[in-house]
Amino acid sequence: MTDWVVQLEHASLRLSGRSIWSDLSVAVPRGEFLVIIGPNGTGKTSLLRVLLGLQPPTAGSVLVNGRAPRRGNPVIGYVPQQRAFDPELPLRGRDLVLMGLDGHRWGISLNERANRARVDRIVALVGAQSYADRPIGWLSGGEQQRLRIAQALVGNPSLLLCDEPLLSLDLHSQHVIVQLIARWRRDHDATVIFVTHDVNPVMSVADRILLLAGARWGIGTVDRMMTSETLTRLYGTPVDVVQHAGRIAVLGADLGGHDPVAAHMEDGA
Amino acid sequence: MTSLWGYAFVHQALLAGTITAVVAGVVGPFITTRNMGFAVHGLAEMGFTGAAGAVLFGFAPEVGLVGACFLAALAIGLLGVRLRERDIAIGTVLAFGMGLGVLFLVLYTRYATEAFSILFGAILAVSAEDVVWSAAVGAVVLAAMIAVYRPLRFASVDPDVAEARGVPVRLLSVVFLLIMALAVAEAVQVVGVLLILTLLITPAGTARRLTAHPGRVVAYSILIAVGVTLGGIVGAVYTSWPVSFFVASLSLVAYLLGRTFGARVRA
Repeated sequence: MTDWVVQLEHASLRLSGRSIWSDLSVAVPRGEFLVIIGPNGTGKTSLLRVLLGLQPPTAGSVLVNGRAPRRGNPVIGYVPQQRAFDPELPLRGRDLVLMGLDGHRWGISLNERANRARVDRIVALVGAQSYADRPIGWLSGGEQQRLRIAQALVGNPSLLLCDEPLLSLDLHSQHVIVQLIARWRRDHDATVIFVTHDVNPVMSVADRILLLAGARWGIGTVDRMMTSETLTRLYGTPVDVVQHAGRIAVLGADLGGHDPVAAHMEDGA
Repeated sequence: MTSLWGYAFVHQALLAGTITAVVAGVVGPFITTRNMGFAVHGLAEMGFTGAAGAVLFGFAPEVGLVGACFLAALAIGLLGVRLRERDIAIGTVLAFGMGLGVLFLVLYTRYATEAFSILFGAILAVSAEDVVWSAAVGAVVLAAMIAVYRPLRFASVDPDVAEARGVPVRLLSVVFLLIMALAVAEAVQVVGVLLILTLLITPAGTARRLTAHPGRVVAYSILIAVGVTLGGIVGAVYTSWPVSFFVASLSLVAYLLGRTFGARVRA
């Protein structure tokens, strides 16, 4: 019997009167690396928010490990896109990682020593020892994103939700981040759901691709999905998929990807 | 001159000043991290209106001060004004508040002296009862800050991941506004409404120049706030110039020193 980590059955989402995706039925088995692509505004991030329990689906059923999504689910690690931190922000790399472990708990920390050992281990795992004690705002995008991975992994997750974690990173950093995630998945039999606008960095590790294209959606292996025929059918407009030197280029369609959000200290107020 | 140190009012000022400075030092780093300096100023000015209104209607000004700060904080928090609109909304409301304040002042002319102390602080005039009141408010603020410390920090520096981890980001934002309202009411007695930022922003702003260690930022911020407050009271006792003048001047000096030498110690 397959161990389904995420199951969506006829799930639909409407946000402020607009249909984002509808009749979405996808089952993700344990250990799968699922890549989600699609134009802007087709609800890739919203899908992650549904799995995080932050946004209820409008219709249909959504299960995470066989249960309805709930806020603060400890089995989930979340990696957001890289965004600039204020250089003045009083926060070191290791503090960012530590927040992934106990930042959601009330009160002040009472077991600093055990936490520190745990943070040290995970910082070493992502190879960030040399700069983990520096202010987070002084680090490069690639360095910050390694610490983001550590922050997501420190809670020992079995499901990783990554929302455009490669955005605005150079090619080398993109490769490093993808390899870190792929290694965690392999070593811990973890499931990865990875939103991106460029499939190239994840092609070698992706099991399947889910394309959200507004009215339509499709899911399948990289080879099956990234063809002119499949994308033309899903987008409803002519799309050319060109393979060159092991890289895929999609012509005639927007695969999402927007400028990184500016640094902001949102407080909801 | 030294004989002044034997007077109860000086002891009370030092005590109330220390309590207030500790509160300001603890809350300040979160205000700077959340970029809420303008909101603090807005709350303080609403507090002035509340105090003026309270006097006009026959209540103690402290009650009006705390009440108005609290209501303004609740309003900002519950309206859930988005970041982009926040400055405009706060600016509009605080200007209206000051407008009401000046009306109350004209309607009740005997209020002028009290208005002066609320605008510029009157720590040397605090009574023993005021000290107890300060300690009580301070204890509430510190207890609340300890209770929300970790999730508030998470939500302040990393809201997206905090939300994904189940931190109630919106709720904390309202709770922090209420904490800020109490800290403002507390700090008004030392430096007054118009100089509020000198205690609630500057010590924290200086501390973050000195270290990136989150815990140490709070510790340094407390030390600086206590230092400038006690220094201000001492300066005022010796010269009979206003306390708030000394506090604001010492704050400025601390900040300039932090800016000049901070980068060397921070890395």
